[in-house]
Amino acid sequence: MPIEKFTTLISTAYPLPIENVDTDQIIPARFLKATTKDGFGDNLFADWRYNKDGSPKEDFVLNKPEYQGSKILVAGKNFGSGSSREHAAWAVQGYGLRAVVSSFFADIFKNNALNNGVLPVQVSEEFLQKIFAEIEKDPKTEIEINLEKQTITLKATGESEGFEINSYKKDCMLNGFDDIDYLLNMKDEIAEFEKKLPSFN
Amino acid sequence: MEGKTLFDKIWDSHVVKSIEDGPDVLFIERHYIHEVTSPQAFEGLRKRGIKVFNPERVLATPDHNIPTKNQHLPIKEELSRIQVETLKKNCEEFGVTMYGLGHPLNGIVHVIGPELGLTQPGMTIVCGDSHTSTHGAFGSIAFGIGTSEVEMTLATQCIMQPKPKRMRINIEGELEKGVTSKDIILYIISKISTGGGTGYFIEFAGSAIRSLSMEARMTICNMSIEMGARGGMIAPDETTFEYLKGRDFAPKGEQWDKAVEYWKTLKTDDDAVFDKELTFDAADIEPMITYGTNPGMGTGITGNIPTLEEVDESSQKSFLKSLDYMGFKPGDKLEGKKIDYVFVGSCTNGRIEDLRMFANAVKGHKKADDVVAWIVPGSHKVEKQAEEEGIKAILEEAGFELRQPGCSACLAMNEDKIPAGMYSVSTSNRNFEGRQGPGARTMLASPLTAAAAAITGKLTDPRTIL
Repeated sequence: MPIEKFTTLISTAYPLPIENVDTDQIIPARFLKATTKDGFGDNLFADWRYNKDGSPKEDFVLNKPEYQGSKILVAGKNFGSGSSREHAAWAVQGYGLRAVVSSFFADIFKNNALNNGVLPVQVSEEFLQKIFAEIEKDPKTEIEINLEKQTITLKATGESEGFEINSYKKDCMLNGFDDIDYLLNMKDEIAEFEKKLPSFN
Repeated sequence: MEGKTLFDKIWDSHVVKSIEDGPDVLFIERHYIHEVTSPQAFEGLRKRGIKVFNPERVLATPDHNIPTKNQHLPIKEELSRIQVETLKKNCEEFGVTMYGLGHPLNGIVHVIGPELGLTQPGMTIVCGDSHTSTHGAFGSIAFGIGTSEVEMTLATQCIMQPKPKRMRINIEGELEKGVTSKDIILYIISKISTGGGTGYFIEFAGSAIRSLSMEARMTICNMSIEMGARGGMIAPDETTFEYLKGRDFAPKGEQWDKAVEYWKTLKTDDDAVFDKELTFDAADIEPMITYGTNPGMGTGITGNIPTLEEVDESSQKSFLKSLDYMGFKPGDKLEGKKIDYVFVGSCTNGRIEDLRMFANAVKGHKKADDVVAWIVPGSHKVEKQAEEEGIKAILEEAGFELRQPGCSACLAMNEDKIPAGMYSVSTSNRNFEGRQGPGARTMLASPLTAAAAAITGKLTDPRTIL
């Protein structure tokens, strides 16, 4: 199944300057009962985003009119810690986000995001704070993420920083490939490998 | 050439192929699945028109959604019921063994794998659940994965992973009475934070770790993910072999001897080098309690919540947000705070030793009247043993009720939800906002500390009731 290709993204961003945003906040457990991947975007950050009666909390960033339509989420350090639920990545992707920028990501979230065409962009804490400051100054400020060059740039000031991604995953994102297709082509090799493992049954 | 770590030995022997500047293709020996993170993976196989690569390596159990009362009745909540039924249908269609609701071997996936002897030293093990790290207690490489990776593993028995860095955490010396393995892991996380292990696979070592039972070791490895680590592991030894011997799926006869001979080779060489190494003194560890909304926000039970000045400036905003959710103030003393609920259970502390520890502590006391307590065994085997050993009787005598097994209030996907604003002392693994129900306020602790809270109705040093 191909994922959506990622080349260059220019967009405004939702700022979420909170640290340790865990997967229970990204998508609370009570929303994990679906048997398909659809519809999770509606419940992204549900407990921060909606009042008990289901109406939007006006002061939460996703509900503020000035950021609507952004394709980038900028969050405090250690984003995505906690559960392995891929539903968190489906919620981020389902909401229409293509990239999450933070100064630190939890491992499993990072993998899950990449497997769903969402690019985790890890920047320095200093650059992260610059982005937050720039958005605060102008909510319409644009950010450019160039995957080929592995750079993230604040369009207003031209300040830029590089980010890391291994070349295999980069290739997958640029071309929309998925890991399963790759592994399925190795099935015979895998079957041979399995025969050589120690077994005590 | 320098020696190898235990982690390297197991990882390297399971690499089918290394992709240059990319991940390794890692062969997976054991794949556990449950109802929440597998339906979309099976759907993926169906869309691709492919089968499960080797169904014998997969075991399924519904655990996250199931009720802990009246399990013989249909599940009331429709979406939960559909998920559990979907798992059953998928397992039938793809030829995967499932221990369903009511089956005598059913239970929390990370409890039944070890108790059935399916988890063994030297294996690679995955599950669509972050607490898969539990199985590392046997000296295996075990870690949680997302649903795309569940699909990958079902389809090819392999997963693509960059090799993590290696860390060793040594706990040396003797634990004080009343201090448990849960306190060790909460202590470590409070020292290195919830991101302190990110990017690493951790080996736990040292004399305090070696002295622990298998179940206590599982509690430690279980929560390695709470410091961000990919997984945690402990080298197998006589304690491990003794635990495994005779279990349903453990090797038998001559195969057992061969297996033990191999398992004895599974240890870190003396001259191996870790990317990071930390050592803590067991004597410094007190019974722990968390006061915030991530597992790193913990302290000794006789301690106070940090003052604002004690917190890094950049983290102060998140710290205050967290305390506001908990209804606490910076600098508050923890002992004596009133609590409403006690939850004993989960893949962290839902095993027989945990129930035994709790029962021994409450024996001769009575549950505080205004505390609601849920005691949930990790599996039917644990439930049965608790009855046979008389634990159930002790609990009932003290005013507690033993429920039926499942993940229960650890993540509140079933009906076991802590009401908004209520304080829960929980033996589970996460105190995130809303984890035990919207608005619920969770304080993580050991079964002993939970017992002390349950009989006094407030946060209490468990050493005072022993």
